[in-house]
Amino acid sequence: MKSRSQDQSFSDSRELDRSYDPLTGSIADDGELSTVCYRPEGLDRLVQQTNFSKKELQLLYRGFKNVTCMCFSECPSGVVNEETFKSIYSQFFPQGDSTMYAHFLFEAFDTHNNGAVSFEDFVLSLSIILRGSITDKLNWAFNLYDLNKDGCITREEMTDIMHSIYDMMGKYTYPSMKDSAPKDHVDSFFQKMDKNNDGVVTIEEFLETCQKDENIMQSMHMFDNVI
Amino acid sequence: MATGVAAWLPFARAAAIGWMPVANCPMPVAPRDNSKRQDELIILNVSGRRFQTWRTTLDRYPDTLLGSSEKDFFYNEETKEYFFDRDPDAFRSILNFYRTGKLHYPRHECISAYDEELTFFGIIPEIIGDCCYEEYKDRKRENLERLQDDQEENKDLKLPNMNFRETMWRAFENPHTSTMALVFYYVTGFFIAISVITNVVETVPCGSTANQKDMPCGERYTVAFFCMDTACVMIFTVEYLMRLFAAPSRYRFMRSVMSIIDVVAILPYYIGLVMTNNEDVSGAFVTLRVFRVFRIFKFSRHSQGLRILGYTLKSCASELGFLLFSLTMAIIIFATVMFYAEKGSSSSKFTSIPASFWYTIVTMTTLGYGDMVPKTIAGKIFGSICSLSGVLVIALPVPVIVSNFSRIYHQNQRADKRRAQKKARLARIRIAKSGSANAFLQSKRNGLLNELLELTGTEEDEQKLSKSTSLLESQHHHLLHCLEKTTAHEFVDEQMYEQNCLETALQTYPSRSPSLSSHDSSVGTCCGCRVKRNTPLPNASTPSAHPIPTHQGPLQELSAIHIQCGDPPSHTTSRSNLNLKTDDSGRINCKGGRITTAIISLPTPPALTPDGDGLHGPPQRRPPPPPGHAAAPSIQTTTSSDGTNIIKVSAL
Repeated sequence: MKSRSQDQSFSDSRELDRSYDPLTGSIADDGELSTVCYRPEGLDRLVQQTNFSKKELQLLYRGFKNVTCMCFSECPSGVVNEETFKSIYSQFFPQGDSTMYAHFLFEAFDTHNNGAVSFEDFVLSLSIILRGSITDKLNWAFNLYDLNKDGCITREEMTDIMHSIYDMMGKYTYPSMKDSAPKDHVDSFFQKMDKNNDGVVTIEEFLETCQKDENIMQSMHMFDNVI
Repeated sequence: MATGVAAWLPFARAAAIGWMPVANCPMPVAPRDNSKRQDELIILNVSGRRFQTWRTTLDRYPDTLLGSSEKDFFYNEETKEYFFDRDPDAFRSILNFYRTGKLHYPRHECISAYDEELTFFGIIPEIIGDCCYEEYKDRKRENLERLQDDQEENKDLKLPNMNFRETMWRAFENPHTSTMALVFYYVTGFFIAISVITNVVETVPCGSTANQKDMPCGERYTVAFFCMDTACVMIFTVEYLMRLFAAPSRYRFMRSVMSIIDVVAILPYYIGLVMTNNEDVSGAFVTLRVFRVFRIFKFSRHSQGLRILGYTLKSCASELGFLLFSLTMAIIIFATVMFYAEKGSSSSKFTSIPASFWYTIVTMTTLGYGDMVPKTIAGKIFGSICSLSGVLVIALPVPVIVSNFSRIYHQNQRADKRRAQKKARLARIRIAKSGSANAFLQSKRNGLLNELLELTGTEEDEQKLSKSTSLLESQHHHLLHCLEKTTAHEFVDEQMYEQNCLETALQTYPSRSPSLSSHDSSVGTCCGCRVKRNTPLPNASTPSAHPIPTHQGPLQELSAIHIQCGDPPSHTTSRSNLNLKTDDSGRINCKGGRITTAIISLPTPPALTPDGDGLHGPPQRRPPPPPGHAAAPSIQTTTSSDGTNIIKVSAL
């Protein structure tokens, strides 16, 4: 997981004498939070930091900005807060309840833990998922599962994740969803991953098992050309 | 999918990476994006004004003209732009719909012109945003009423084959159609007037005779009045019977208000005829004569204004009800207060609370007869409060009723004015047309020829475009498919789910492996339902297939699907045709029921899924390696293994 060396730059919306072009220029104020507008860093810098091309970033930003502009007025535009995140994600899973999984995703995307996903967060995470090396992707997935970010996945964390995934299926499934289905799945997961049977899965165990599993390796590459 | 959300599909798909390490079976192959186009600008030339937008913006709503391949019909090769010969002003709001996801109705726009534009571009008006929807609906209703009035005009044209009954009915409903109808109309009106006047004059004291003091005319000239009454009633009866005969739906006619009035008007006479000499009921008979006054309501067939009044009262029923209710509350309150206030004073007229009702009503309506007056100071204070509040309570709902009446009345006035103007207008148009008719026809013929010469067909990109518009859908479906694989469950719709629940409850034996080990199609009957059989894996140790009791309809669909994929199910155990299923997710979207800013695209027809499945069919002809599969039974219980063996039936 790349750690960002630079903080997101906030720009003072009152300074309208500068040309308003969010993708090219940025005004580095010293952490002035009097604004309501977050503008992302320069396009060139993002191209350097991520593995996306300029055109792809432009495409992503257009979609991102559309959504943030439709935010409620209290939410500062330029970032996506958790509610919007959840509502967007739920549109893709109309049958089930995707709020929990969206919450975990939000936690994973929100690397700065400030309750909002800015465009940089968004694009950096996407870059890892879609264009990163296999180790990076697995690391990201591990980070997603590790809810308290302590470096290991406990059974409770995995159960939460599994419940959230199964919740997305909703009620009407075939075969009908047993209550023990997530738990059984967690058991099988731990059986596969937890080599030393200490009840937690560490990053090394995770990486090792995944790299040996063909299916997982293959499916990790599935979304490479999503953008 | 809603506007901005379609742009987030890549994110949702990327987020699916969280399922990958958890899944126990391989994921389906993603739909390939063959035409890896960069997003390009499209130029839309609408009557000379050029609009530009991204292609993806238009692709957000694939079932409109601009979002689908239909716009290729308007593509101009030389200028590389799409040309529409429509109103550019109206087009602005249509294009804004694609950009923002909200359709607005510009108020200066004529409603029918706007509707036409929407229809042309394939956008349903129901998705107009809340900000503009009321205005749109109001204007639309006005327009409809105008159209209805116009239609009623056209109904005057005599239809070629109308039988006698229909002619009579039309004559009754619209007296202007023929002379006979007009005569009938006036005759009945005259007799209604006669009847009402008779009833009134009957009670006037006619002057005294020699032996008796003043008696009402009715008792003096009994025979004359009786004859008059009889004549009127006979006319009314004949009229009613004729109407009943001519009515297209007799039952509905009998239930209508006017017919009830008719019946009530003539019934007292007949009842009087029946019980002439019985002294006991003669008192009741006299009361019945009151109902003769209802004959006056028969005038409403003759008067437009009366009908409007009646219609207004009906449409303001809720306001009237509110008025009545609040008045009743106020009356009860004030009557109680006045009663207790006046209880102390002697010779008070307020003997009981109901007795005080009269005072309260008279005071609140500011009549003030003065027959009951409060005498104590407290009574006078409360009396004044009562009269003041009466004014308020009555004055509040009245303007609503008045405005309703005014609106309907003016509409009718406009209708009459329009009718008068129409004749003159048509006459003028006819004159103008006949003068230039020949020249017009000639130039039209020339114009058509020119158009034919100019028509260019550009259908080369249609294939690619049709694939790209459904690419979004196929990607979304692929995402849902991955989720299914991860959790080893499948999406089904509600009915299937209930069926399965029932079936699992009924099921007595958990495994049916003996019957499944055979390869031939065993479409047997079980519990009266036809059981669809599934081909099992050749070395299935677990009950890997599960018969689904289906009804006749979906079964036929299944067989249709089988035929489509071309694999006769009897001798192969390939799972590619078993994987064939129409994905529920698109349809479930439709069942969502909320029409917000999303135009939900129709679910992909079965034709698409073979395409998608065909992509991964060949490499997956054989079942997955056992290690991947070994985990599966441990998840599942007795019902089935992973869902890939089951053909899911979608009741499309």
